[in-house]
Amino acid sequence: MAQLLNSSFTPTTSSLRRQCHSLTPRKSTQIQAKIREIFMPALSSTMTEGKIVSWIKSEGDKLSKGESVVVVESDKADMDVETFYDGYLAAIMVEEGGVAVVGSAIALLAETEDEIAQAVSKAKDQGSVSPAAPSQDLPVESKVPDSAPVAKAAASVALTASTHPASEGGKRVVASPYAKKLAKELNVDLSVVVGSGPMGRIVAKDVEAAVVANAVAVAEPAKAVTPALGVGSGSVVPFTTMQGAVSRNMVESLGVPTFRVGYTITTDALDALYKKIKPKGVTMTALLAKATALALAKHPVVNSSCRDGKSFTYNSNINVAVAVATDGGLITPVLQNADKVDIYSLSRKWKELVDKARAKQLQPHEYSTGTFTLSNLGMFGVDRFDAILPPGTGAIMAVGASEPTVVATKDGRIGMKTQMQVNVTADHRVIYGADLAQFLQTLAKIIEDPKDLTL
Amino acid sequence: MHSAISLSLSSASPITVRSYDGAGSSSSSDLFFRNNSAPSQLRFCGLRREAFSGCKSSSNAVLLKQLRQNMKISASLSGNGTPSKGFDYDLVIIGAGVGGHGAALHAVEKGLKTAIIEGDVVGGTCVNRGCVPSKALLAVSGRMRELQNEHHMKSFGLQVAAAGYDRQGVADHAENLAAKIRNNLTNSLKSLGVDILTGVGTVVGPQKVKYGKVGGSGTVITAKDIIIATGSVPFVPKGVEVDGKTVITSDHALKLETVPEWIVIVGSGYIGLEFSDVYTALGSEVTFVEALDQLMPGFDPEIGKLAQRVLINPRKIDYHTGVFATKITPAKDGKPVTIELIDAKTKEPKDTLEVDAALIATGRAPFTQGLGLENVNVETQRGFIPVDERMRVIDSKGELVPHLYCIGDANGKMMLAHAASAQGISVVEQVSGKDHVLNHLSIPAACFTHPEISMVGLTEPQAREKAEKEGFEIGIAKTSFKANTKALAENEGEGIAKLIYRPDNGEILGVHIFGMHAADLIHEASNAIALGTRIQDIKYAVHAHPTLSEVIDELFKSAKVKNDVSCAVAEPVAV
Repeated sequence: MAQLLNSSFTPTTSSLRRQCHSLTPRKSTQIQAKIREIFMPALSSTMTEGKIVSWIKSEGDKLSKGESVVVVESDKADMDVETFYDGYLAAIMVEEGGVAVVGSAIALLAETEDEIAQAVSKAKDQGSVSPAAPSQDLPVESKVPDSAPVAKAAASVALTASTHPASEGGKRVVASPYAKKLAKELNVDLSVVVGSGPMGRIVAKDVEAAVVANAVAVAEPAKAVTPALGVGSGSVVPFTTMQGAVSRNMVESLGVPTFRVGYTITTDALDALYKKIKPKGVTMTALLAKATALALAKHPVVNSSCRDGKSFTYNSNINVAVAVATDGGLITPVLQNADKVDIYSLSRKWKELVDKARAKQLQPHEYSTGTFTLSNLGMFGVDRFDAILPPGTGAIMAVGASEPTVVATKDGRIGMKTQMQVNVTADHRVIYGADLAQFLQTLAKIIEDPKDLTL
Repeated sequence: MHSAISLSLSSASPITVRSYDGAGSSSSSDLFFRNNSAPSQLRFCGLRREAFSGCKSSSNAVLLKQLRQNMKISASLSGNGTPSKGFDYDLVIIGAGVGGHGAALHAVEKGLKTAIIEGDVVGGTCVNRGCVPSKALLAVSGRMRELQNEHHMKSFGLQVAAAGYDRQGVADHAENLAAKIRNNLTNSLKSLGVDILTGVGTVVGPQKVKYGKVGGSGTVITAKDIIIATGSVPFVPKGVEVDGKTVITSDHALKLETVPEWIVIVGSGYIGLEFSDVYTALGSEVTFVEALDQLMPGFDPEIGKLAQRVLINPRKIDYHTGVFATKITPAKDGKPVTIELIDAKTKEPKDTLEVDAALIATGRAPFTQGLGLENVNVETQRGFIPVDERMRVIDSKGELVPHLYCIGDANGKMMLAHAASAQGISVVEQVSGKDHVLNHLSIPAACFTHPEISMVGLTEPQAREKAEKEGFEIGIAKTSFKANTKALAENEGEGIAKLIYRPDNGEILGVHIFGMHAADLIHEASNAIALGTRIQDIKYAVHAHPTLSEVIDELFKSAKVKNDVSCAVAEPVAV
């Protein structure tokens, strides 16, 4: 059990939560009356997310009620989405080709022209997080690639005679269509890539080479930093952007009155089930997330949160975030609708998310929409710990190692069972002790008799 | 339809884009229905020699019987009839392309003594330098695409080692196919007894044609009726220097002598699109240069958009729109091909491209020079021979030239091989005493990319314009390939079919399909338009399950005709 969850979560690092709350609409409640959000519609009963096929209107266009604004691809077909209000399309938040979960904002609609600027800045607030997000794990990345390849390019430009004749001494970039596409995808600045194709043109493999070069350039300074941290006696090392964010979040979490409830759960049946369906690609993480989601479905209050200090915010979906340690960071990929998605799809989704997390390609909605967080340190032999509640959510569950334990049963016998300890941290403004206790009891029942997990 | 196609101009030239489609360039176009004529007609299909019947009455069996008898008779006559008194031939056709061939076969069947004058090779552009060889290349590119798509193969559970190709082998396939079809065409003409006269045909006066070598004395023959079917050649805009090696037209490209690493395709109509499909499958990278503001201008905008999403964006293709290529210089002395672009509106220089090759696919220009049109007072308009709706040639005074007709690309009405053939048949019907007007809106067109695009009738903007002018409502219905069992079995769920119709009477105005085998699926709609079948009737026709044709079935069923509008389609919610 312990090694099955290949994720770790240190309770102090809910770094991504700040993105979560900046994406949620609550911040904007004051101005919502005039600037409306255009949401990803549910085009079919089975639709959970939609892909933006194309924007029919551009930013700044005037819209009148009933006009088609955007084409959305659902699981069934492409459909035109109409606006219900008059106004101006102020800002597009999800570009063509992008995917958004049902109900999330994809654009802002300003009522009057004057409000466009206001809406744009609002979109920036929300939007700035998303495109930059993948690189925030490794803040060094944003600086280093600039300088390193420039130096490299400058050097090679100087000594190579193969610059493209059409580039007019480097003023123009000559790159093949595929090279351009790749560069856009991989975020490579073509002006610093040296072409090796015919007439010095940049071809796809040059772009790929540049990506590798960047990665090396990034890795090296990172290495340089690590020993400095280790040796750092007597020296002061400033926070990186991410560490700064973690620090802010941790301080913010002090404003939330939390409490903790623990429970011991026997996992023999779960382990047996896991052994049985592992060949079908099911992971333990998915099983735990599923079990948690099923328990949350019966106790919606544990899936709620307190956003304004005055009310319960019940979430319509059960999105289980699971903390994953990545190289140089931590991220919480979200298994959306974990209660509804079957275990096999959930496992596949999890694998996809982990791969994306490693490649730093998670989209904001894939790590910032969790309604309940799971964290596991079992693989380090940790038998119990408690987690700090990420701001914006109601509860987080810390999962310890599953270990053989000597157990006395009611009938006076002594036996051996595999058990794990879980510990939930919750916001007491909305979730009370009895709520958590009942939730944990349900969770234990589900894990100890896990037949429902494969339904 | 015609206007849709001439929209596909990629330069300022007056030239109409011509389809490379071969949607039965010589077979399915033979199966040709008409609206108002007597319920039976028969023609020999050049390739298969089968009898088709276009009857819409219920007396099929009887008619077929008659037709078979006819066939026997004409066979025993060895086809060609005896000429009317005073003429060498009843009908002389100048040009043995698909149009001339179709007309000749039908003329023989009608008992006309027929001759066909060919100055080059039988089969014309379609068979030798167009739809036919391009289909061979596209067949290769389709397979390459599939084999290279690891994800696609994996989803089938198939494992394929890296796919490769032999350029010469691919080129040979195209050449062999063209040769085979050419022979079939020639044989079908010969076996029917059509006289094939070799040389350049010139109209020397009313009902008089001369043929022979250019500049030579030639032989003059007389004919009761004359059809000009001289077709077209690739259009090369001013400033473009074609060397046949690095700056090429479709004529050269079909020989596939090279597969350049980076090729610019000037024009994003049918020809350009199909070649982009071929070249990218074989490993080239492609840059489109399009004069209009959007790619694929001739297609229904919605279909064009989707096609761009599937056929262009994910492939190794980029594009410049709203620009003219003013000067294209072939590669020379180690210099690449250079292409100078100017803004289509402001005429200001925009960019210079330096690439390995350039394919000029800006459309096709009518091949009408040296036809002796001045002898009958006919002036071409931008090269096209003016005709009325019955393909009768109009002279410079606006009057009809008796006994002279022009079909196919040379008249520019609809530059498609099967349209030429249909026009030819229409003319033969007229000269054999039966009035006939071809409904061009019932002629389908197709683009054989992967997946294919096909269309018949009006595009949505055209339909809306017509609706506004004539004061009727239009309805739009769409179905997706994603919901089709057969398409999903093939892992080819990408695609839509779109129907534009009149909700008040159920008339089909246009059908557009983008998806697997779209070119084959369109005929249900084109036949319905040709026969005037309404949606409320055709929706009860049964389709085999599971087949792709169910996409069209659903399309008809999802249309809301008249009182059938009890519940509107669930509209998407927004904002």
